[in-house]
Amino acid sequence: MMLAFLISLLLWQGDTLGPAGLGMTESIPGEATAVIPSEATAVIPSEASVSQEFDMDEYLYGHVVDAYDWHITTVNGKHISVPLLIIARSKTTGWHVFSSGKLAHGHEYEGFYILHDQESHRDRLMEHTPSGDVRPLDISITKNVAGLMFNSLVLVLLVLFGVKWYRKHDAREEAPGGFSGLLEMLVMMVEDDIIKPCIGPDYKRYSPYLLTAFFFIFVNNLLGIVPFFPGGANITGNIAITFMMAMFTFLAVNLFGNKHYYKDIFWPEVPLFLKAIPLMPLIEIIGLFTKPFSLMVRLFANILAGHMMILGVVSVVFLTAELGPAMNGGLSAIAVLFGVFMDVLELLVAFLQAYIFTMLSSVFIGLSRQHPEEEKAEK
Amino acid sequence: MSLITPDFGLLFWMTLIFGIVFFILAKFGFPVLTDMVRKRQERIEKSLVDAREIEARMAQWKEEQAHLLEATRKEQSQMLQEATQTKARIVADAKAQAQAEADKILAEAKLQIAAEKESALRDVRREVALLSVQVAEKVLRHELSDEGSQRAFIDQLVDEANQAPLHNKN
Repeated sequence: MMLAFLISLLLWQGDTLGPAGLGMTESIPGEATAVIPSEATAVIPSEASVSQEFDMDEYLYGHVVDAYDWHITTVNGKHISVPLLIIARSKTTGWHVFSSGKLAHGHEYEGFYILHDQESHRDRLMEHTPSGDVRPLDISITKNVAGLMFNSLVLVLLVLFGVKWYRKHDAREEAPGGFSGLLEMLVMMVEDDIIKPCIGPDYKRYSPYLLTAFFFIFVNNLLGIVPFFPGGANITGNIAITFMMAMFTFLAVNLFGNKHYYKDIFWPEVPLFLKAIPLMPLIEIIGLFTKPFSLMVRLFANILAGHMMILGVVSVVFLTAELGPAMNGGLSAIAVLFGVFMDVLELLVAFLQAYIFTMLSSVFIGLSRQHPEEEKAEK
Repeated sequence: MSLITPDFGLLFWMTLIFGIVFFILAKFGFPVLTDMVRKRQERIEKSLVDAREIEARMAQWKEEQAHLLEATRKEQSQMLQEATQTKARIVADAKAQAQAEADKILAEAKLQIAAEKESALRDVRREVALLSVQVAEKVLRHELSDEGSQRAFIDQLVDEANQAPLHNKN
């Protein structure tokens, strides 16, 4: 998948360097994040030639980075988006809670405004203060937070719905069918194929966390592929989310590690000169952090790359708009076919990344629960 | 750089939301399912063991049944044999007894016949004696008219009387 990521990056860079990509729109700070395809096509004659150019940068980033409102679509140059909640704490004036609709189109409200950063293509909530513009403590319900809430609700409801069967039936006498059966199959697959073999005898203690992690990632991945509201938020492709996921695994590994695990870190079984100058312990301690780091980057990069690939493929339709109807039509057909392929691929990736995250977390937890005596006994 | 810079607000919300999701699912979600499935697995394993045990017991029963059947058959044949023997013995006994009875009856009959014969002979003899006495009376009445012949006859009678007891004893 890293390869796919690289390819998508290349694709995207190649496009930005091309004639279409160079024509960046002059967006004022606080304007909507995404310049939507319909603007780029020549549908609206009133628009100047500048906006006829398809802004690849804005298009790509607008879809994958976080935003203060949830942009759904643009009809005839009019943005349709769901305003979300701005929650910010100013150092001077305290807490502020208001709708993000009040900040649309660069408006200022209670001293706050949204700064659109050209460099990072990221909107930032800023506050006017006498000593200059500062960034307040910002815990706004952004697009990703709203998506996260929605997806989590979906996840919780689905699981509780699936589990309801077990409260009504005696599972010792019968096995569930339908959705509960599907859920049972998935849960038992994760538990029997990943958690049990990777962790060993203590697996029951970690099973709820790992199952939650698996389904959390899986559901967020899947809903991330859904192209319309309320899906499509790039949640598992956001570094903050994967950072926290990796952090939870890091905590699960290191808070409950046993003495063998810590001995392996600080006093591993290597020749003395490797420990006297604490070379091996140093490497082990670095390894402590590279493990969750790899978890974080792997999930983030894979999902982000998937989103970018799909966006890149779809953008072919708009990029080729000026090449004439025949060219555009032909390339669009290819783009649609390729888009279908990418979507199906992303379905696989959605499952695969959840699987890999869970498996690696299990392996890391298993390492922290090792029983060297038993292993020796087995040999 | 925003793509790879974690946002504080998102970190905060992620921690909160994941915490809540984890709490709900770990308390009311997955353990319910996994526990039930584990129980079912245990039950299935137990059922398998039970089935195996029952199978073994069935085999044992079958064997016992076969043994029993064989024993019964043996007993039956033995009983039949005994019955045959008893029958033969009874028949033989009956035959012997009948033979003895018959012999006894025959012997008794012979004796009786002999006795009958004797008594009949005696009767005949008596009749004959009476007849002879009557005949002799008549003869005597006729012949004893003269003295000489009377004497002679008396002598003869005396002689005969002397010899008669010897005859009778024979």
